[in-house]
Amino acid sequence: MKSSISHSRSESVISGIIKITGYSAIIFVSLIFIFLLRSGLPTLREVNFESLFGSRWYPIEDFFGLIPLIGGTLIVTIGAAIIAIPFGIGTAIYIAEIAPRSVREFLKPLVEVLGGLPSVVLGFIGFLILAPYLRRLLLLNTGLSALTGSLLLAAISLPTIVSIAEDALDAVPQSYRDAALALGATDWQTIWRVTLPAAKSGVVTAVMLGIGRAIGETMTVMMVTGNAAVIPRGLSALFSPARTMTATIAAEMGEVATDSVHYHVLFFIGIVLFLISLLINVIASAVIFRQKKRSERILS
Amino acid sequence: MKKTHTSAQRFTIQRIGFGVLTITAIATVLPIFLIVYLIVVEGSPAISWEFITGYPSDGMRAGGILPAIIGTVLLTFGTAIFTMPFGIGAAIYLSEYASESRWTRLIRLAIISLAGIPSVVYGLFGLGLFVLFMNLGTSILAGSLTLGVMTLPVVISASEEALRAVPQSFRVVSVSLGATQWQTVRRIVLPEAVPGILTGIILGLERAAGETAPILFTAAAFYLPQLPTSPLDATMALPYHLYVIATQVPGMPTEIQYATALVLLVFVLSMNIIATMIRSRARARRQW
Repeated sequence: MKSSISHSRSESVISGIIKITGYSAIIFVSLIFIFLLRSGLPTLREVNFESLFGSRWYPIEDFFGLIPLIGGTLIVTIGAAIIAIPFGIGTAIYIAEIAPRSVREFLKPLVEVLGGLPSVVLGFIGFLILAPYLRRLLLLNTGLSALTGSLLLAAISLPTIVSIAEDALDAVPQSYRDAALALGATDWQTIWRVTLPAAKSGVVTAVMLGIGRAIGETMTVMMVTGNAAVIPRGLSALFSPARTMTATIAAEMGEVATDSVHYHVLFFIGIVLFLISLLINVIASAVIFRQKKRSERILS
Repeated sequence: MKKTHTSAQRFTIQRIGFGVLTITAIATVLPIFLIVYLIVVEGSPAISWEFITGYPSDGMRAGGILPAIIGTVLLTFGTAIFTMPFGIGAAIYLSEYASESRWTRLIRLAIISLAGIPSVVYGLFGLGLFVLFMNLGTSILAGSLTLGVMTLPVVISASEEALRAVPQSFRVVSVSLGATQWQTVRRIVLPEAVPGILTGIILGLERAAGETAPILFTAAAFYLPQLPTSPLDATMALPYHLYVIATQVPGMPTEIQYATALVLLVFVLSMNIIATMIRSRARARRQW
């Protein structure tokens, strides 16, 4: 009798501990947000609104205009998306619908390996090989440009796009394809008019999460984009240096004094990045929940 | 339908289309081969016993990278210590204890949000909470805690999936024999899910080991002449060291850069291979 009482007590202690760890994700997201706000919000008091949305980022002379940084992130990310979306979806279709079984078993882990390459390794290769190569090829002043950043960010977002889009295509019931083929459609027509539209929401999720990864990537862009804080104007901006929000934080945080204005502004940029990633992931997860998909996708 | 194609035309279109898709797939995986090939070929000549076990000298332009290797090993272990109890605990809660409710949906939303937060924002968080607020300083401890929070969503999702894959009948039989819920989890469900959980943890740690941005302001030191002696010491780390010698040190011999990249790559990819092996061995042995 006694042992069963102590049993039930330890049982409830363990349940309590497990419940607390269960809520840890909520606790940590809240902590992250609180600590970003704590150091980021003073910005709104110290830097006036006009200056914050001004066109000059020059912290040494107290110019904290965020527009060049937002512009830098935009141009590098758009460039990456233009490359990564067709290649990512194309590869996903190839793996899910066309490739023979043996090729498929070979390609899937390979794409995972690309996802596992540390971003600093990609940045290193970009800095040492890709940037000089692009400079010679396109006759640019410098290879450290938004374009180089875009190419590498595409490589970083590709694994995310491929694996989630491939999952979505894989989840389309075989009967859909069978019906289309029985009606006389070719495999190609079946892919474009039946399978891909059926997997549409999953493919859109894949693209969103891929772009999310590109926006948040830091080391690669810091190493290869040249880090010039200029507002991109027109197509030529793609071939000039750029500076993203993430790279700005990484490059400057080491040199600022704690609780200075500059320090607060860098945390403010962190808040902006946090909210962008939150928005992307909440929307993407709404699509995932609707489809009742597996939890696997955040692993990719 | 506006235009119709003859059967021959349709198959020509298909052939071209398949060709284009094959090319996109090749273009996606080809860079992986090029990168790995380049790093192996250019880096392996500089790999030596002295490079692995020696200290940097001549402003890091010569000598070895031992402090960076040890630092990354320590950070990876530290990350595992912090992320495992929370990650596995949360997965047990979601899979075995909680019923679907508004709260569990909120937990899942939080997990997905954690997974999407940019790594440099984790760095800011670690600086604010661990380095300054908890006063741990730039240290292995602060870096491990930061990387631990970052790795949490990967560990939770992988562990939950592994737990859910254990058939319901195992639990029913255990409880019907008089076992409590915790006894069932500990003795029946958890042992069956170990390979899946382990795979998830290693893949999470793989990412943590290769990350630079979260440790920039929480753990990493530019150059240290000795190994860390306490968890409150700052440390060199492979990814940060590669960044430093690639961009911050003028006149750096490229073979040392490539060799450092090679060591990092071997470290990270061997974790990937171990995880894949555990997963496939467990699948082959599984009897349910």
